[in-house]
Amino acid sequence: MGIFDYFKSKSEPSSASVAKDRLQIIVAHERSKRKQPDYLPQMQQEIIDVIRKYVKVGSEDVQIQLENIEDCSILEVNVTLPDN
Amino acid sequence: MKRPSGDTALAKIIVVTSGKGGVGKTTSSAAIGTGIALKGFKTVIIDFDVGLRNLDLIMGCERRVVYDFVNVINKEATLTQALIKDKRTKDLFILPASQTRDKDALTQEGVQGVLEELAKDFDYIICDSPAGIEKGAQMALYFADAAIVVTNPEVSSVRDSDRILGILQSKSRRAEEGKEPIEEHLLLTRYHPERVALGEMLSVSDVEDILAIPLLGVIPESEAVLKASNQGTPVILDTESAAGLAYMDAVDRLMGEERPLRFLDVQKKGFFKRLLGG
Repeated sequence: MGIFDYFKSKSEPSSASVAKDRLQIIVAHERSKRKQPDYLPQMQQEIIDVIRKYVKVGSEDVQIQLENIEDCSILEVNVTLPDN
Repeated sequence: MKRPSGDTALAKIIVVTSGKGGVGKTTSSAAIGTGIALKGFKTVIIDFDVGLRNLDLIMGCERRVVYDFVNVINKEATLTQALIKDKRTKDLFILPASQTRDKDALTQEGVQGVLEELAKDFDYIICDSPAGIEKGAQMALYFADAAIVVTNPEVSSVRDSDRILGILQSKSRRAEEGKEPIEEHLLLTRYHPERVALGEMLSVSDVEDILAIPLLGVIPESEAVLKASNQGTPVILDTESAAGLAYMDAVDRLMGEERPLRFLDVQKKGFFKRLLGG
């Protein structure tokens, strides 16, 4: 290993630590999705449909999340209304 | 010998699974099944990979297959006719998969019937799962009491192992009936301590951090594994090899014994070995 490689290896994280970081993020994401009840996607769609009956919003303007904190579940519905 | 469950009519069912293919499920099933039988427990290894059977080759009994798992399910043969007694290890039997049918040949009732009949006579039932998360893999894990999740220190294998953990926790009989969950064990295979030291490969503790299940063992990458499969001998019988010894340690831990991890340090090459390119 040359002297330049020595400096380079200091600034760049090892490929194994990149792999670990990527895996931790994707595994946490996939685990949180697994815990969602089966009805959530359909309920999400129906809530969007009801809002659309009154306000013109895109499907990306409605964010629906179910969070579990100990024995309490919180359903969070976030709607971004258009400007006019 | 006392039966593992303490019950006279219940065998312990262990699934060897991974999600991803080619990580060493069949090698591990053959090694661990043999190791348990060596301890004096009557053990059967079932190949669940219908259509792609390979356990018979790894165990070196491919020329003795007459009837298979699907024949027994369809009542075309009895269990006694289909079970192959291992020639090397006492108390060890193999139930081969069918080579000609597809995965739909396995029905839940059929599998349950065969497992219940085996449980009368055996202490341990090892289910060698096919790759994937489809029906064959789900059948292999459905009735399990314990799962050995075979994982390589590589991103796609780790992610697939996590998927399989999700299925073990939601789609097994224990999960559906609200019973105590399946015991989970991580078996890390094809491990290169040298590459881990160079930061080129996920380490044991990296994989443990991500999957967060208890570690059963680490099997180092070893030439002995290919050599054993070439010869149709489970690698655990090669007591000269690191892989064989690491599998034996894993079996000891499965039986509740404490064994320190070994073969994880980088082997320092001596001057002559380096000179000779060893």
